[in-house]
Amino acid sequence: MAAADPSPPIQVRKAKPQDLAVVVALDAAVTGVKKPDYWRDRLRQFAGRDPERLFLVAEAEGQVVGFILGEIRAWEFGSPPSGWIFAINVAKGARLDGVGTRLFEAICAHFTAAGVDRVRTMIAKDDPLVMRFFRSQGMVAGPFIELEKVLP
Amino acid sequence: MKLQTATRLALYAVMALSREPERQFSTAELAERFDVSEHHLAKVLRTLGRAELVEAVRGAGGGFRFSANPKRVTLLEVIALFEDITSPPGPKEPGVRTHEGKALGAVLAEIDDVARATLGSITLATLHRSATRR
Ligand SMILES: CC(C)(COP(=O)(O)OP(=O)(O)OC[C@H]1O[C@@H](n2cnc3c(N)ncnc32)[C@H](O)[C@@H]1OP(=O)(O)O)[C@@H](O)C(=O)NCCC(=O)NCCS
Repeated sequence: MAAADPSPPIQVRKAKPQDLAVVVALDAAVTGVKKPDYWRDRLRQFAGRDPERLFLVAEAEGQVVGFILGEIRAWEFGSPPSGWIFAINVAKGARLDGVGTRLFEAICAHFTAAGVDRVRTMIAKDDPLVMRFFRSQGMVAGPFIELEKVLP
Repeated sequence: MKLQTATRLALYAVMALSREPERQFSTAELAERFDVSEHHLAKVLRTLGRAELVEAVRGAGGGFRFSANPKRVTLLEVIALFEDITSPPGPKEPGVRTHEGKALGAVLAEIDDVARATLGSITLATLHRSATRR
């Protein structure tokens, strides 16, 4: 039996304005909505010179197959700043091959280099896939609980 | 949170077996490790076998072996074989339809929701890794 094709090597790099179309498509594949204006703003804010904000993409054979974005956040509740992940997304055809892990590790390395000692995120309770992924990276419940109220 | 003994034993058993998937474990060995009767453990292993999480290996030196994918089996799946930790009280439970019952029910449902999401997001592989990290 022939061995399975080895996966192409993954490169993680900072996002560029030219990545907009792929990012919009990757997001739309998950959310069902194309939001070019939103992602253009995010690329401008997170892939620019601000050292506290990060927008990284993963490339396989020259194709962008995933992205992650986050920032270093000062916490309002008297705790020291920490890394915060806003979103992670890997193309359906490239999943379960370590791309998400590479993106997570890359953003964490930036956070560590910037001097923060932990990373946080918020996940929908009814999204087991994303929750399993972050758990597999060693994330556990943190000291905060999110509360909300429906306004009249 | 308190789990029934059978549930906890089942979790211990799948953890032990999935940690060394090549190896066979006898009921006696597992019973000794977790300090319970072989009879109790055998019952638990039968349930796990029916769910295809473990398989009995026949013959001399036979025992049980893990037979599922530890990266895909969550704690919630194992727990659900033995008890329903997050079911709301049935409509016939005393008091549930009262103002008090509804108010308390909403809080308990909130907690159940988090418990379900948490247990459903932790796979055996993740659990093994977290024990190594500590
Ligand atoms: C979550 C996501 C980023 C994971 O990316 P990925 O490249 O597949 O992740 P990896 O291959 O690095 O997987 C790492 C670990 O995550 C867990 N995991 C990932 N997908 C899983 C699945 N389908 N079932 C169970 N566990 C899974 C596993 O533990 C896996 O480790 P393993 O490969 O050793 O089994 C990807 O599935 C995705 O983009 N999903 C949609 C994201 C989304 O909805 N984003 C918008 C909100 S932020």
